[in-house]
Amino acid sequence: MSSGLYGFLFAMWSLIIIGGGIMVILLGPFTIQQFGDFHWILASGIKVIIALVLVVIWILILSKLKNYIFKKELKF
Amino acid sequence: MIELIFPAIISCIIAFFVVYLTTPPLIKILVKNNYTVKDMNKKENVMVARPGGISIILGIVVSEIVLYGFIQLNEILAIIITTTAAFVIGYVDDRKVMGGWFKPVTLAIAALPIILLGAYDSDLAFPLFGDVQIPLLYLGLIIFMIPITGNTINSIDVLNGVATGFMVIASFTLSICLFILQNYEIAIVSLPLGFVSLAFYKYHKIPSKIFPGDSGALTFGAMYGAIAIIGGVEIIAAIALLPAVINSFLFLSSVKRVVEHRQIKNPTMLTSDFKLKTTDEKTAPITLVRLILAGGPLTEKQVGFAIFKLAIFSGILAIITAFMMGVSL
Repeated sequence: MSSGLYGFLFAMWSLIIIGGGIMVILLGPFTIQQFGDFHWILASGIKVIIALVLVVIWILILSKLKNYIFKKELKF
Repeated sequence: MIELIFPAIISCIIAFFVVYLTTPPLIKILVKNNYTVKDMNKKENVMVARPGGISIILGIVVSEIVLYGFIQLNEILAIIITTTAAFVIGYVDDRKVMGGWFKPVTLAIAALPIILLGAYDSDLAFPLFGDVQIPLLYLGLIIFMIPITGNTINSIDVLNGVATGFMVIASFTLSICLFILQNYEIAIVSLPLGFVSLAFYKYHKIPSKIFPGDSGALTFGAMYGAIAIIGGVEIIAAIALLPAVINSFLFLSSVKRVVEHRQIKNPTMLTSDFKLKTTDEKTAPITLVRLILAGGPLTEKQVGFAIFKLAIFSGILAIITAFMMGVSL
């Protein structure tokens, strides 16, 4: 059991590092210039949507991982 | 850096001894006024004083005010106000049973002083890959962070000493990471949290003489979240908190809604020799404790130590991450 929990912790940590990298690569250089003073609000809004999509994907992967790692233990 | 050593030592001593010295009289007052709850995992009918949040917030506020006397930072004010607000929210919940919405909504409001005092930097720092600037998203992150950390610590407060022992490990890890990142001022501001947790652990460890209650757990969680935002170490803070995050994640993915812990079936039960074992109830939520017990019954102390070992493991991962912050691909 313990090894499963430690494995799950390590998987979560790896996903945070990888997910963070994807976020920086996708969102870092993202800018919009065509909308005058409102460009930062629009760019920020789009970044929020992309970030939320990434978080949802992160949770889905985590959920699959949880079911895989704890498949025996979760059969209560 | 050298000029910060004296304020750091003074604030840590004050944080530790305020809690260490005020908790015993607080226990007496709470017991005298019948503010006690049954310890569910004991064979005898043991009643334990609650809430201990009063001495916890006293230790935090006094030590941070003293620190503010030495270094006038808006960040310290933001921590004091947000943490005190979280304490009040927890205290209301200790005294009166509130709905599942109460804590998340009010804790989100408690995060506002961080924004209003400008005690944040909207750059989100990731290891290896650098920073990303997300002003709008970051404001949302601040609003969500305090309810998340508050409720995460609250949800792990299930066995004697677990929440405070876990907080000792996580908060000292966060301080070490802030020192590694050379954010010395916020590192020193964060130290009282570890010392307050350490002092309270003396009375909360098995067999508990006092429970922190929602007021204590939310105070711990809100201060931890505030330090993470103010210190710009949100990712590291989340990693140090991973075992508690797993607990909340497992709970939410099995219950599938935001619900008060007291409203759901207990995921554990006692064996005839008073060890903890996982319940046979199919509808009971999956929690970290339940997973630890999947291998067989354990004593409360053994489960607590299993959680502490997980906290140390995630603390090591957080420190590795702090070192990785200085590396760029």
